[in-house]
Amino acid sequence: MVARYDSLALLTAVALVLSGFAASGQEAERKGIPAPPGHVFKTIISGYEYRSKETRALQDDDLENPGFLAIERATDMWKTVEGSEGKSCMSCHGDAETSMKGVGAAMPKWSEKLNKPVNLEQQINICRSEHMKAEPWAFKSQQLTDMTAFVRNQSRGMPVTVKTDGPMSPWFEKGKQIYYTRVGQLDLACASCHEQNNGKFLRADFLSQGQSNGFPTYRLRDQRLIPLHERFEGCMFDVRGVPYKPLSDEFLALELYVAWRGIGLPVETPSVRN
Amino acid sequence: MADRPRIKLPKEAKQGEIIQIKTLVSHLMESGQRKDAQGKTIPRKIINKFTCEFNGKAVFACALEPAISANPYIQFDARVDEAGTFKFAWTDDDGTVITAEEKITLKA
Repeated sequence: MVARYDSLALLTAVALVLSGFAASGQEAERKGIPAPPGHVFKTIISGYEYRSKETRALQDDDLENPGFLAIERATDMWKTVEGSEGKSCMSCHGDAETSMKGVGAAMPKWSEKLNKPVNLEQQINICRSEHMKAEPWAFKSQQLTDMTAFVRNQSRGMPVTVKTDGPMSPWFEKGKQIYYTRVGQLDLACASCHEQNNGKFLRADFLSQGQSNGFPTYRLRDQRLIPLHERFEGCMFDVRGVPYKPLSDEFLALELYVAWRGIGLPVETPSVRN
Repeated sequence: MADRPRIKLPKEAKQGEIIQIKTLVSHLMESGQRKDAQGKTIPRKIINKFTCEFNGKAVFACALEPAISANPYIQFDARVDEAGTFKFAWTDDDGTVITAEEKITLKA
């Protein structure tokens, strides 16, 4: 029995050394951008860097990238008149390539009217119900996710630039608090995985820094575009917690805080992830 | 879901040149293995056949099976001997056919 325990211990030691090598080997290849002073990371790394070269190739080719099917659907929707006002997105905003450039990179944004921040999904639905007098789209509906991806795509390559000061600062603090609060039966916070253990291999995948620059993202697992709040829900479900509701104040605060954690990263929408 | 398929091939080619053709079509590819919230099987609905013709002659065809993921991407090569039109067709289980065309000319 003694001998058996010894060999087990040895095996564990070997495995630890091996996984240590594997992790450092991978890190060396992951390119990021230097973080601003006072940031939690030294280097901010996009989730792209944690994916296999095949998945990256799929994202890099605009024809192969299945996320572009959504972009094309939304390109048509942009011009489609809906609602009792007889308007389309285009009636007010004109050509999305110019009017929406940079919009998606700066979301969530403070709304004076609502006295709270709004994200892209909410802004699209505000436009629909207030200006077009059309039915707002349901969260997770194909239309809303497609349109969100389409607007975000107009900022592709531009750095994420959210404002966190002024009226946004209590929201930022709330988001930060959620990020560091352990939840669920597994008792894990966002930070437990994405801050302390990113780069390590978990659940048959490499843990990323949990950046939001590629959202909505085409997940190969789901074979469709996934909006950010659905991913948040998924993470909370995985730690066996009760997720907040999509587009709730909690997720909105978290979206703001997570966007700040990736400040300066290029927008990649539609990205391709596992 | 009558989206336009995405197709990429060169606008022109030299006579006898082998060109690469990339296609991507939007389709759910429901395998027939999944169950809905009530436990009932969701019926199979996939694209079961893809064909490509050039000036009426078959260039490439394949059968697709339920294990193929949504939005099937198909890439293949073809030799271009003359100017003409590539015709692409994706056949759905329910009989509908998604079609597309691309023209190619010969380089002088």
